[in-house]
Amino acid sequence: MAGEINFHFDIDGGNFTSAGEASVRIKKLLRDMGFPPDVIRRVSVAMYEGEINMVIHANGGSADVNVSPDKIEIILADSGPGIKNIELAMQEGYSTAPDNIRSLGFGAGMGLPNMKRYTDEMRIESEVGRGTTIYMTVNV
Amino acid sequence: MLNYKHSVTLDVTRCKGCTNCIKRCPTEAIRVRNGHAVITEERCIDCGECIRLCPYQAKKARYDSFEAFSDYKYKIALPAPALYGQFADLDSVDSILDALLRCGFDAVYEVSKAAELVTEHTRRYIKRKGLPKPLISSACPAIVRLIALRFPSLVDNLLPLMPPIELAARNARAEAMERNPELSDDDICVLFISPCPAKISYIKNPVGVQKSAVNGGLAINDIYFKLRSEMKNLKDPKLISETGIIGLNWAGSGGEATSLLSDKYLAADGIENCIKVLDEVENGTMHELEFVELNACIGGCVGGTLNVENPFVAKARLRSLRKYLPVSQNTIPDSEALGEDVFYDVDIEENPAAALSSDRFEAITKMREIEEIYQGLPHLDCGSCGAPSCHALAEDIVRGEASIDNCIIRLRERAEK
Repeated sequence: MAGEINFHFDIDGGNFTSAGEASVRIKKLLRDMGFPPDVIRRVSVAMYEGEINMVIHANGGSADVNVSPDKIEIILADSGPGIKNIELAMQEGYSTAPDNIRSLGFGAGMGLPNMKRYTDEMRIESEVGRGTTIYMTVNV
Repeated sequence: MLNYKHSVTLDVTRCKGCTNCIKRCPTEAIRVRNGHAVITEERCIDCGECIRLCPYQAKKARYDSFEAFSDYKYKIALPAPALYGQFADLDSVDSILDALLRCGFDAVYEVSKAAELVTEHTRRYIKRKGLPKPLISSACPAIVRLIALRFPSLVDNLLPLMPPIELAARNARAEAMERNPELSDDDICVLFISPCPAKISYIKNPVGVQKSAVNGGLAINDIYFKLRSEMKNLKDPKLISETGIIGLNWAGSGGEATSLLSDKYLAADGIENCIKVLDEVENGTMHELEFVELNACIGGCVGGTLNVENPFVAKARLRSLRKYLPVSQNTIPDSEALGEDVFYDVDIEENPAAALSSDRFEAITKMREIEEIYQGLPHLDCGSCGAPSCHALAEDIVRGEASIDNCIIRLRERAEK
């Protein structure tokens, strides 16, 4: 449909150096489409945190970004271990990241809270053993 | 952005239309059209990367000549600290400064002196509450323009203080008029001795200030030989320099940041590295830092394309020059408030040159077209079409500046059929 566009990104698991590539890419595309700087920043922070989460916990996944003039929807899907307790996971500072990840400076327990903070809507669907899908919306 | 006078320019007769510059331009400002490069003025940030890369010396920096300013009664030289690293076997920078006077300048004001003042102002400013974190240095004009174009959400993170070149020019003018009461501001001409095209372009198109107090920019490599011969004839140079270690250190990457008395800083150099850092700052992963210093050139200002010497050699020379210097020769008492006159007088605005349309609905529709065209391209990013990547070609096609036939791979496939 005119005035709407979807982008799909595959997030490579186990690769910290490439984590964040989709976020950099979407930033350029949103800039080209003339979105305001604060919207671009919120989308890029939410995407980046999501990408890092999928790399740390789920061996990668995918990101779909639906762009329309008044809102940007981000859907992050993985087939990782799932989140046991979503309420707990949403608490600042709560993390299940292993020590080797923490030694890299990740796993501060701010990923999900930041995604919520920087977006207008956020919904998590998760099933232990099956995977997690996160729906986020940033209004323009 | 109209009437923007760039320093980086192209000599069409030398350009072979190769793809070196288009692929490495950090703002995708260059295309090859009709066999030679074309620079999109709105996107060029005068970083000088293409000058460094061009194997045929077709990219050049425009700069001013000293002779063009001969009508002025009083001429002040503003040497960049990078100039000090260009000469071998120096005990002090005084011989360089004295030689500048012998080249026809009436006075010299060291940019490194103003840099020490900027350091003092920054130390004070950074303590203010509620500032965006991290603050990003605004001393490199190529970085400031890069942020305005590619990282508009970080414009507010830029340190809103005048860069050393501007503060130096304003102080130099005030000083000259104080010493020579017969002079009026219009009699005075301030010329910056520049290590790079970005700062020459800054003089013509300042960022953060309405109008620069600098009249023109000379190139270090243009004045170098004249300076060197004057320096050879000098026996006892006048003691002119008023700079310490901090001022000299501004010539290289990290010099500005390390002087801030905080260990929460990062210094990156080389435009590609700076872009990676800015992407991370935008992702929100660097909020524990207080200050980010970015220099478009590798090594910092000593890496600018208008220098004579290899940047690493220049850095080594600066190291031996600063050996006997005090840490700083320019301090401001703590009790003195941060004057408004050292701040930017205009806001830095984002540069929307990249936007496909000012109407978002239309821009999205164009982006759909771009993505459709892009899917049909070979994704080799070979540059043969004259655009830096397949995606950039798709953008150019939708903008009406190129055609699908520019893709040599697809053209050959069609011919073979």
